[in-house]
This record gives sequence, structure tokens and C-alpha cells, in this order.
Amino acid sequence: MTGMADAVVFDAVTKRYGLVTAVDDVSFTIAPGTLVTLLGPSGCGKTSTLRLIAGLEQPSKGRILIGGADVTHLSAAERDVSMVFQSYALFPHMSVMDNVCYGLRAGGSKRRAAEAMAADKIGAVGLSGFERRLPSELSGGQQQRVAVARAIVLEPKVLLFDEPLSNLDAKLRRRVRDDIRALQQSLRLTVVYVTHDQEEALAVSDRIIVMHRARIVQDGTPRQLYEQPSSRFIADFIGNANLIPITVARDGDFARATLGTMTLRLPHRDVPDGLAELAVRPEAIRIFARAPQPNEIAGTIRKSAYLGSHIEYEVALDGVPGEIFVIDGDVAAPLPPGTAISVAIAPGGATIVAAPGGATVGGAPGGATVGGAAPDQPERQPA
Amino acid sequence: MRTALAGATGSGPIAWALIAIVSLALVPWYGIEGGPAAWSALVHGWRGHAWLLPMLAVPVLACCSTGRPWLLVAAGLGGLAWLGVEAFAIGRGQPALGWGALAFAIACLMLAAHGLALRGWCRGDVFTVGAIGLVAGSILVFVGYPVGCILLSAFQDNAGRLDLAAFAAKLTDPSIWGLGCLQGGRSCGIAWNSLAQAVIVGVLTTLLGLAFALVSARTRVRFKPLLRVMSVLPVITPPFVIGLALILLFGRAGMVSNLLRDWFDIPRSRWIYGMPGLTIAQLLAFTPIAYLVLLGVLQGVSPSMEEASQTLRAGRWRTFRLVTWPLIRPGLANAFLIGFIESLADFGNPMMIGGNFRVLSTGVYFAVVGAAVDQGQAAVLAIVLLAFTLGAFVLQRLWTGRRSYVTVTGKGDSGVPATLPPVLRGVCFAAVAPWIVLTVAVYGVILFGGFVEAVGTNNTPTLAYFRTAFAIGRGDHGWFLAGSAWNSLITTLEVAALAMPITAAFGILTAYLLSRQPFAGRSLFEFLTMMSFAIPGTVIGVSYILAFNVAPIELTGTGLIMVIAFVFRNMPVGIRAGLANLSQIDRSLDEASFTLGARSSVTLRRVILPLLRPAVATSMVYAFVRAITSVSAVIFLVSGEYNLATVYIVGRAEYGEYGLAIVYSAVLIAIMVVALLAIQALVGERRIGRRAVAA
Repeated sequence: MTGMADAVVFDAVTKRYGLVTAVDDVSFTIAPGTLVTLLGPSGCGKTSTLRLIAGLEQPSKGRILIGGADVTHLSAAERDVSMVFQSYALFPHMSVMDNVCYGLRAGGSKRRAAEAMAADKIGAVGLSGFERRLPSELSGGQQQRVAVARAIVLEPKVLLFDEPLSNLDAKLRRRVRDDIRALQQSLRLTVVYVTHDQEEALAVSDRIIVMHRARIVQDGTPRQLYEQPSSRFIADFIGNANLIPITVARDGDFARATLGTMTLRLPHRDVPDGLAELAVRPEAIRIFARAPQPNEIAGTIRKSAYLGSHIEYEVALDGVPGEIFVIDGDVAAPLPPGTAISVAIAPGGATIVAAPGGATVGGAPGGATVGGAAPDQPERQPA
Repeated sequence: MRTALAGATGSGPIAWALIAIVSLALVPWYGIEGGPAAWSALVHGWRGHAWLLPMLAVPVLACCSTGRPWLLVAAGLGGLAWLGVEAFAIGRGQPALGWGALAFAIACLMLAAHGLALRGWCRGDVFTVGAIGLVAGSILVFVGYPVGCILLSAFQDNAGRLDLAAFAAKLTDPSIWGLGCLQGGRSCGIAWNSLAQAVIVGVLTTLLGLAFALVSARTRVRFKPLLRVMSVLPVITPPFVIGLALILLFGRAGMVSNLLRDWFDIPRSRWIYGMPGLTIAQLLAFTPIAYLVLLGVLQGVSPSMEEASQTLRAGRWRTFRLVTWPLIRPGLANAFLIGFIESLADFGNPMMIGGNFRVLSTGVYFAVVGAAVDQGQAAVLAIVLLAFTLGAFVLQRLWTGRRSYVTVTGKGDSGVPATLPPVLRGVCFAAVAPWIVLTVAVYGVILFGGFVEAVGTNNTPTLAYFRTAFAIGRGDHGWFLAGSAWNSLITTLEVAALAMPITAAFGILTAYLLSRQPFAGRSLFEFLTMMSFAIPGTVIGVSYILAFNVAPIELTGTGLIMVIAFVFRNMPVGIRAGLANLSQIDRSLDEASFTLGARSSVTLRRVILPLLRPAVATSMVYAFVRAITSVSAVIFLVSGEYNLATVYIVGRAEYGEYGLAIVYSAVLIAIMVVALLAIQALVGERRIGRRAVAA
């Protein structure tokens, strides 16, 4: 719609509620026609950021631009932005048609024109024939689609989604997610999407902005975030990774990471020599019920859980405190707890990150951290 | 689409500036009811009141304020300030302000609101800033200013000079604080009378209310519907009617007194006049309130807690003593304080049945209308009364705010409440049964007593009283209302019908601001609005006489002053209903409306109000019914032209015309029952069967 200008610009925005800082000096820009996700654990400031874009909150400091125009002091009603709420926020006393017409009528459109436009969008979300129903007469998924129709009928510069899938059951979630992405692509909408579910974020986004403790901790494509986490927090939050203490030594563009009897050659990523951590995704760990071969490390199965498509193990590595979390696809031959095993790590699934206490964010000091055990862990969505 | 909307804010200040010009140039500046000097401010300014002319600067400044919002703020606030200064400082010589001044004040307020909104106040929402200004301003003028006048007049002698010594003397007067009755003297000071009465009534209503609540919530009795009816009765009963009925039952010539004399030779006496009768009357009047409060508390105790206690091998008595009782204790304190405040503020019953037992509320009245008119004395008594009720009110707020064990959760709680231990059950029934009998007797007397010759002595049916009050005659010019009650009844209905929508609108608007709009000083704002609930009616009445009898605001003797008194006395009911209802409406509905481009005013009208229908109905019913039943505030404000039903009834009863008084009371109650049902049907239920959005 706007062509040149960035759809949304956040310029050093801070939002305080009394003594609590919800958004701390955050800056980013969002290009038109892209779907950008704000991802982070609950209380990280992602919803506050979304509400600042919507105009439902006013920043304590900084500027907000939408389509190149400064909207910092405009109220929500004056901004060219629509929002789909977590609870959908459908007006329960109005029919589907009246709900979708609401914004058009508030903007001064004639009833006839408004209803024609609304009918078009109700069709676009596949609810033709439901115009006269009340929201209470619709299923959860249908209500959600009404909320989307109500938002897009205004053709806003930016469309905001606040955890739109959290009230849907697991099966429906995947379909609605794909519908939202398809709609965004076909209408070339600029969308800002808030979620705490990393899988959802990876699936729909052009770009992900990860927030933690009111700040942005990493900003990149889904692939960048997953494969090159900038910190142990991202590694843990996005990849559900195990964090294992290692020592690193620089070797040209690479670094040699040593873990007991095992040595891996990985990109150094500017981590200084000495103690560091290895972020290893659970599915990149192979286990064998035999004595360790070269470049493997000995360990013991502590717990196992059969989940149908795969088995989850907790494994203690010799000489490493704590346990690591392993996902193994071999469901035919489960290994009982107590089995002595050998562990190998596929280099593609491991990344060096700086040790806690350095420039990292959060995490328990020392020890391998099984996903979910660190004190400021995000809550995990069930798989 | 949105840009057009943003442009619309620009035309607001111009429109209000035009209204300001019209209010200055065309509308009569002085006087509410017209009169010979009904000229506009401009004409008056031209003819000598030169101090009115600077106000023209307001619209001029507003018109050239484009791009400079602070100029709008300055113009609006400056206009209001000048209005206040000229009205009070110069104004003693000029007539009272009229409609022109009112319109000008509102225009100034809205100009300032536009300016503040443009500067980013309340998220840039003009409607919100304006509404806050309007509500706060009118509370200041119609609650704050009169109460301030009372405080001031307490420090003045009757000629208006400052006199601290007289104030000290009046405040410490033995007629207020004397303890003569403890040393066998004649009587104690009326402050002690009031306090003792309030404490006794508070304790007894709480205990009795608890007994009723326990019977209703924890036993399986057949007469629960009867209890529900009983809980509605005090709402539709003018408070003094109970005292009146007690006189007819137990007075010297009362029905029961006669029976006792005839059957048991018990001599008739005047025991009912004074503290015993007053206590019984207030118990009957206020126990239902305690019952409702405690029923809520009891129902809030999750049955699963009592079940948990029983599975832990505790018997029924032990469960009640160690689980149920501690959980409801905060509710008991709350019920006590409500009974305490109600008893202190009660005016009708002490007036009717108090005899020589004087309390503060009647003391205030007799200081104003008695043989020796002493405004200072009335003011001092009002201050003492105000201090008691506000103290109890603050205590109650602190108490209920601090600890609440109410254990209702969103989840369905499918337990069966424990039944009462047998001893307690017996005690409760023993306490409840006589009161039910008494209540039935009281209402029987009210409803039928007016249709017999003389209750108790001569039970021949008659329509004489009804005819005296409500006869419709036929003269030479057609039908006319011949009955003596018609005049006051019609005035009452008019005033109540006028006050009803205004009260509801103000209450709901205030509730909306309190629950949905964050702004500086909100908790203070909430406290002040709720506080006006705790100001006894007599205090309001006296303060209105003091404040609105002379310029700059002169309203006494008009019907308007009664409407205003009702609006600001009953507004807190609307606020409470609105707040309770709003807390059930998800905030995201408002936010969705904002992000769809609707401003607060549209959101309130199209989203909030339709969902608030139950609260609207409740506050309309209360506003109407309380306007009809109230007597304490308006007894000071009625005039020959505008008399009200309750005041008329009290007057008839004072002259011993009980038949007339009681037939009129019965008609009032019948009207209120009809009105209650009508409003309920008219406003109706919400159009949705259930809340649609998932929480």
C-alpha cells in the first residue's frame, strides 16, 4: 500500500508501568507485506509492544511510526491498524455481519456500502451464510475467522495478531495457522504476530523478533534463529537445546570444542577461548548401546518416555553434571533406564554459545541444562 | 477513512466556542426560572455588569487556537476560573446564576477538555477528558461545595461572622456529649444516643441477618421464597412506614396493646416510643440488608472446603466453628458497619417512633425547623454525624479491601454445603420465626390498616381514608383530582421520573470511567463518589439549604433542587451496579472497538451500554424507588409548591392521622412494585443468552 516507507518503525521505545519496565529501549522496523513475529516467554514485553503499535498503550519514551507517519500520540481509533485479539473480543450482542461492519460504520460508511464490503470479507474467511448468527452460535474456529474478517475489512496498514491460536485445540491450530499465512500472502498484508510458541513462530514468519526481559535478544529469519542462536537463551528457547559446558580453542575460522573424550570442529562465532557452552538440539544426539568409539562420550540412560513417533531419553554423560535430553527416532528397540551407552553429536545440530556470566542472557550457572530446568524458562507448548 | 476521522476533532473546539458565544449573547445569564432581568450576559455587561465582558475572550481565544492546544486549555480553565471569581467575589450583589452561566461553564469545560486531549491526556480522547471533568465538576459543585458550606457555617455565628469560641462551645455542648444518664440523670447527649443506638442496631441486625442467611443457605426449609420477598421489601418501603406500623400495633391504642389489655389485663403503656421501639423498627428495616450481605458471604464459602473438613474427620459443629465461621468473619464486620451507618443516617423512624429519645439526625432537623432556629447548631450536629458515618465508611472500606476470603472461582463448584449443627439450627429458627411473624404483621397493617375505621379498636372496613387522599371529583369543568394526596403524589412521581434517567446515566458513566479509563487521581475520585453514599440525608438536606439559598447558585424552593439531591445521593448505587457489571465484560471488547476506529463515545454507546442493560435496569429501579421512599434529605427542601409524598405522610402521622398516612403508604408501595416490574420489562435482559467470547 505504501510502497516506500516502512510499515512500522519503533524508535527507541520504552514503556514503564510504575516501577516495572515492560518495554526497554526497543527499536526495530517492519517492511511492508511481511509477517513478523514477536516471540518470547510470558512477561517478556511482546504483548506490550503489540499494544504500543495498536495505540492501546502510549510509550513512556521514544517514537512510533506507521507508514512513515509519526503516530506516537495518536489514539488507537486514529491509527490505521487493526487487531485480532486473543479472546477474539467479538461483540456478543451483535451478529457476525454487525461485528464485521462495526469498524466501517464507525468510520462513517453507509450501511449498504459497509455490508457489501463486509460480505466480501466474510466470504474470504469462508463464513458466507453465517452473517445473521450471533458469536455465541459459532464454534471457536469460526469465531476466530470472524475476528480476522472484522480486522481485514478495514484494509489496515498493519494487522496485529495477539496469540490468535491459543484458544483453539491442537488440531485446529495448525490449519488456522496456515490459513492466516495464506491470507497474509494473498492480500500482501503487513502482519505483526505475537506468540510464545516457537514452533508456531517458525512456521508462519518471514522474520522473528525474540524478546526477553523487555528487550530484543535476537532478530532474524526463522533459519538464522534456529541454526545460529546468538545466546544460550535463544538456543534453549527456540531449539529446546541442551546446554553442555565445553572448552573451546580458536582454530582459524573455526573452533575446537572439547567435551571429555569428544572434540567437535564448529564455527567459532566470536566466542572467546576457554570455557563456553555447546547448544545441542535433542534430535542431533545419537545414542548407541555399546562401548564408546572415537569422538564419542560414555553415558547412562536415566529415564525414558515412549511417545509413539519417538522416544525421549534423559541421559547422564560421564564427567558432566546434570542430564541431557535426547529425542531418538528408533522406537523399535527402547533402552531401559540404567543402560550404559555411547553418545555422539551430529555437528550440524550443535552451536557454540558463550558461557553464562558473559554476554549471555539468563540460565543456570554450570552444568548441562535439560530444557525446561533453567529458572527463567518459558512455558513449553505441548508438542 | 481514518484521516477523515482525525480531522473531525478539529471542528469540536469551534462548535464549543459557538456554544459559548450563544450562552453569552442570547441565553438569560441570571435566574433559573426567568423573571424580569432575563437578559444575556452581553446585555448585562453593557448595562453596568462590566465584569461579565472579559468572558468573551474565551470563544475568541478558542477560535485562534489551531495548532496550539495549550491556548484551548488556558481559555477553558480561565473562563471557568473567571466565572467562579466573579460569581463569588463580585456576585453578592448580583442575582443567582442561570442557564446561560451553566451553558457557558459546560462550554469552557469542553474547550479545556479538547485542549487537554490534544495534548495527549487520556490517550487523546476528548470524550473521556470531558466526562471526567463533567462528573468531577458536578460532584464538586453539588456534594463538595454544600458540605464545605456546612463546615464553614459551623465556624460562624448566625450573622455570618467567624466565631471559633462559639464553635468550640457548640461542639462540646453537654446536649451532645453529656453522660447524665450514666449517673442517674435525665438523659445522655444525643451523640451518645446515636452511637449507642447504632451499635445496638448494628450488632442485632448482623446476628439476625446471619440467622436468616444460615437458615436460607444451610438448611432445607420450605419458606425460602418468603425470605427472598422479605429481602426486597426494604427497597420499596419508605423507612418510616415500619415505625408507623409499629405504633399501630404496639402503641397506646395499638392493636396488640388492646388485645393484651382485653385478654391478659396488661395495662397499655408508651414503651414503644423511644429506644425500644426505634430499635425494633430499625431491626425490621435493616436486617434484610445484613441478610443479603451475609447470604452473599455464605454462598461465597466454597462447599468443598466444608467437605474437605468433614473428610478430615471433623464433625458438623467443629466444621462450622473452625472453617465456616472464620471464613465469614470479615463479612460479619462488613454487615455490622453497614447496619451501623444505616441506623445513624435513619431519619424517618426516629422522627416517627423516637418519642423523647433524640438522635443526631433528628437533632439536625429540629435545629433548623424547631422553635429556635440555629444554623450553627445544625451544622455542628451535622458535622458530628458526618464524622461518625464517614469514620464507619472508611473502616468498612479498609476492612473489606484488606481481607476477603470469598472463595468463588470461575470453575463450577459441585459440592453440597454442610448442614448446620442441630443446636445452632434451633437457635437460628428461634431467632428467625418471631421476626417473620412480626414482618408479616407489620406489612399486613400497612396494606390493610388504611381500609378500616381505626386499627385495633374499630375494624369496620371503610374507604373513607382512601377517598380523602385519592378522590377524583366531578365539577362544572369536568373531572378533577379532589383528594388531598394527589398534589404531592404527582410531584413525587415527576421528580422521581426526572431523577431516574439522570441518576442512572451519571452512575453508569462514572462506573465506566472508573473501571475503563486510567487517569491520575482515580482512586481518590472513586473514594469521593462512594463517599457521597455515606453522607446522611439530613446532612445533605441541611447543606443544600446552606449552599443553595443565596446567589451565586440559588435553587431552594424549586423542584430542580430535589432532582439534584436525588441524583447525587443515589448515584453511588448506579456506580456499584455498573462497576459489578463492567468487571464481567472483557476489556478486550473495548480495545477491539478502539482498534476498529471507534472512539470512547461510540464504544460506550454501541458496545458497552447494550451489554450493561442489567446494570442500567438496576440503577434506574433504585434511582426511582429511592427518590420515592427518601424523606431525610428532602424534608428540608420541600416547599408549598413542591411537596413530596413521604414528607406529606410524615406530616399526617405527626398530626395523628394514621389512617390517611397508612393508606398513602400502601399506595406508594403498590406504585413502586408496578414501577419495578415495568422498568424490568422495559429495559429487559441482555440480548445474548450467554457470554460468547472465551475468557
